[in-house]
Amino acid sequence: MSRPQSQAEYLARLVPPSVAGINRRSLLAGAAGTGALLGTGLLAGCGDDSGSGGSSKDVSLGSNQSDPKPKDVLVKVTDGFKTSSGVQVAVNTVDHNTFQENINNYLQGKPDDVFTWFAGYRMRFFAQKGLASDISDVWSKLSGYSDAFKKASTGDDGKQYFVPATYYPWAVFYRKSVWQQHGYQVPTTMDQFTALSAQMKKDGLIPIAFADKDGWPAMGTFDILNLRINGYQFHIDLMAGKEAWTSDKVKKVFDTWAGLLPLHQPDSLGRTWQEAAQSLQQKKSGMYLLGLFVGQQFSNDEQDDLDFFTFPEIDPAIGAKALDAPIDGYMMARKPKNEDNARKLLEYFGGKAAADINLKNDPAVLVANSGADVGGYTALQKKAAELVGSATEIAQFLDRDTRPDFASTVIIPALQQFIKNPKDIGGLTSSIENQKKSIFTD
Amino acid sequence: MSDLPLIQADRAVPPPATTTSTGGRRRRLRLLSRTDRVVITLMVLVPLLLVTGFVWLPAAATVLLSGTNWDGIGPFNEIEFVGVRNYSDVVNIYPPFVPAIQHNLLWLAALFVVATPFGMFLAVLLDKELRGSRFYQTALYLPVVLSLALIGFVWQLLYSRDQGLINAVFGSSIDWYGDSNVNIWAVMVASGWRHVGYIMLLYLAGLKGVDPSLREAAAVDGASESRAFFRVVFPVMRPINIIVLVVTVIESLRAFDLVWVVNKGRNGLELISALVTQNVVGEASRIGFGSALATIMLVVSLVFITIYLATVMRENRE
Repeated sequence: MSRPQSQAEYLARLVPPSVAGINRRSLLAGAAGTGALLGTGLLAGCGDDSGSGGSSKDVSLGSNQSDPKPKDVLVKVTDGFKTSSGVQVAVNTVDHNTFQENINNYLQGKPDDVFTWFAGYRMRFFAQKGLASDISDVWSKLSGYSDAFKKASTGDDGKQYFVPATYYPWAVFYRKSVWQQHGYQVPTTMDQFTALSAQMKKDGLIPIAFADKDGWPAMGTFDILNLRINGYQFHIDLMAGKEAWTSDKVKKVFDTWAGLLPLHQPDSLGRTWQEAAQSLQQKKSGMYLLGLFVGQQFSNDEQDDLDFFTFPEIDPAIGAKALDAPIDGYMMARKPKNEDNARKLLEYFGGKAAADINLKNDPAVLVANSGADVGGYTALQKKAAELVGSATEIAQFLDRDTRPDFASTVIIPALQQFIKNPKDIGGLTSSIENQKKSIFTD
Repeated sequence: MSDLPLIQADRAVPPPATTTSTGGRRRRLRLLSRTDRVVITLMVLVPLLLVTGFVWLPAAATVLLSGTNWDGIGPFNEIEFVGVRNYSDVVNIYPPFVPAIQHNLLWLAALFVVATPFGMFLAVLLDKELRGSRFYQTALYLPVVLSLALIGFVWQLLYSRDQGLINAVFGSSIDWYGDSNVNIWAVMVASGWRHVGYIMLLYLAGLKGVDPSLREAAAVDGASESRAFFRVVFPVMRPINIIVLVVTVIESLRAFDLVWVVNKGRNGLELISALVTQNVVGEASRIGFGSALATIMLVVSLVFITIYLATVMRENRE
């Protein structure tokens, strides 16, 4: 939650998703109700399950896939690995949020040989701290990955530390039937986008559904505006603390956003993304910028009515080819007990066979390996895969691209403050910059 | 052997015979046998160790960590001390801090002025043995029994802007949880709803223990109902009153659960406890900074504890 979500984040975990607002990772990974309730109890499981290591015939895997569906899929994948290599995988499943919150202790204690994680700043951070192992040799055997995926798996030292498995893109979603009824066209520039929004307002629709009660959805809006206005490299540098938040570039992002805010659904700070998605589903809103998981709020027979387009271009020099598409995958711990088997397992995870099993058993995700047999994709999945496939750069979402302490304790309150009072951009950015300097000390 | 006397006089107190046959060294008079002393030592030592280990050491560690910039990664000997920087950061550049202090004080005031007196009032009413008082008692106490998750859910159903009961019934579109001017009051209503039941039960238990003859005597003397309560019953209830007061202060200082359920203590619902949790627990691991916040909270609590202890001790002396 958002990680940002949980917490004494214990207490948050005791709350059913219907109340707390399911975070998108839990949704994808699926850590909902039961898993969440078991969360605290499973804490103890974190990091202890290494006793089974040692023999050359097995390998341990720390998994955050605590929801029944993805958990089941993972079992099928590891079964496939056993069949092909004869190596037994001991899976140690921990509740999704708990896993994420305890990752520091987990990696410093006795982690499993291989563990689930996601691409982004934290992945590179663990690599740099020596908490994860270099797996460049595994990558040399992998095929079917675009350069963007390889880039997302690479640490600061140019070596690979991560094997991508699944992902989902962020885009602007809409209902085909509503758009046909009003004769709307997909906008490709900012002017078209604002003109379309104005037209929607005239037609009695809320142009852009919006919710930020949980703090993280607004990060998606900030990200895409930043990517469109300043480009991918600036996004990465800004997230790494190398660029100043007080710069004109950042101010321009907020300025643009301030111009768009009147087109967004009002009172967003009390709304969960589920409620905003339902306003789209109920045809009260025209568009919604969110991840592919927005489909969760649509019934099965409405899925075909759901479509999306990538956020329009703002600066022609930057284009509209970069986007947020968080990638989930696997990493290897620093001193795996069974290093050979761990590398074999990672190679299998990155291969076509594992991708096929994923794809066949879990329709809620896209698989990263382009060699997989994508015949089973829905139309929406196919389109999403094409969108990401054509992306020049893939960002991981704000809170995965920066330090977690900065994202959760500085950016979330700052963005909520901005939504409350979009006028004081100068004060806001200098407050962020001051806090950034105190957090990014090394 | 179960009926060992507290003081084993036959063994502990020297028999008269030895006292008469003087001559040797004077033996110290021992009231407690060896077993007693072992038991007492254990009874003091074990709780002392527990309190030290689970309360004082962590508290001291928190204070110590608040002077570092530890992020939870790396061995202890790599922890870097940064002096009071965390504190100056908290006060100077951390926007949620000032609202959090204000909200905690507001919380205390609201519980103290509204919720606690109302709970006491309900207890007095229920003590009158009205018809169906069992039912009311259960209904009012129910919020205290309900799990936190359920409470969050119940109030979400009421307060949701687009789908909530309140806005649906009144046709309003108030953003109860999202508007930072409104949400603290909305949450305080929910918190008061719980607190009233708690106080009511505590106070009712106390009222049941008041000797009925006191009230009868007051009634015979012609005191009105309210006069009898304020002049006779209330002073007799002093121990319970103090407990109620302490519970109120504790509840307001540790207020946390509801705001956490609503929005993790952000956007108008900042509380010190929520800020500590945001920073320390979870992936953020801003342990040094969070410890500074926790230390500030500890100091605030100490102020109240000191006032309370000073009052109690002074009154005991009188």
